[in-house]
Amino acid sequence: MKPLWLALLFALALAGPARAVSDPAEMLPDRAQELRAEAVGQQLRCLVCQNESVEDSDADLARDLRRIIRTRVQAGDSNKQVIAWMVARYGDFVRLRPPLRPLTWVLWFSPLLALLIGGGAAGLALRRKPAAAPPLSPAERKALADLLR
Amino acid sequence: MSGENLARRRLLLLAPLALASAAGAGFLVVLDRMKRGAYDPHTLANPLLGAPVPDFSLPAQPPATTGFDSAALRAAGGPVLVNFFASWCVPCEMEHPQLIALQRGGAQIWGIAYKDSSAAAAGLLSRNGNPYARLARDEPGRVAIDWGVYGVPETFLVDRTGIIRWHQAGPIMPETITETLQPLLRRYA
Repeated sequence: MKPLWLALLFALALAGPARAVSDPAEMLPDRAQELRAEAVGQQLRCLVCQNESVEDSDADLARDLRRIIRTRVQAGDSNKQVIAWMVARYGDFVRLRPPLRPLTWVLWFSPLLALLIGGGAAGLALRRKPAAAPPLSPAERKALADLLR
Repeated sequence: MSGENLARRRLLLLAPLALASAAGAGFLVVLDRMKRGAYDPHTLANPLLGAPVPDFSLPAQPPATTGFDSAALRAAGGPVLVNFFASWCVPCEMEHPQLIALQRGGAQIWGIAYKDSSAAAAGLLSRNGNPYARLARDEPGRVAIDWGVYGVPETFLVDRTGIIRWHQAGPIMPETITETLQPLLRRYA
């Protein structure tokens, strides 16, 4: 039983959030500011690796962007201002959560659309009553009687 | 089973098949365009398109003795291709002959060495030839971020009024010159 417990503990230890910011020198001395910078960095895409956040990536550019986020947070920019600064340079693509705009309507509303189409189809199928079976012909009736005898 | 029912069943079977074939054909088109380099799912639209060049000032990259800034770029008086490159960048190596060809054809190319040591970038130019009319270096890569650069090579076309008209992330290939750059350079000349 003991090895199993150990394995579970080990798995739990590994399951914690993986951060590329392993270098304490990168972190801001002010804990609240550092947390805010991390929250912003996690919403921004690393342009080099594309499916990692700036906060999670090991890429050179991601490190530069982390540094910029921290200087701007220290300078008193709000989270929104920092994100707007990034969007001005890299476009909406830099945001891991796409904003709601006409271009992204399909993206945001497709689950609702799928639900409506699926629900409509299911409703129609349920509402349609099965057609009554036609009465048996004399020959069929005879065959049935023969079988049941 | 009645004939009408049979026809409906056939339709039910064929509809998904037709849908799958249409999707397959769509994928084939996308894959073909990716193979030809006409479509790259990784590129992103640079928000600077149609906007003036961002303010910057960069030191010289040898063999040039003076760097350049945004004012010089706006005052260049004709279309300028601004090319971010680095000696450590393999696609830049691929792009280099096209830059030389463009320069020979009369295009004005200004180079910015990105995150590179001065000596390494100068070495690359003395080895492969120097297509750049002016040269600056951005070793910290901070100016590149203001241009929305996320890797090298990246090239921008700046018109005579200092507005960015075209952008490409990734190497300029021979087709890029004939299909895109020559018409653009004529248009903004």
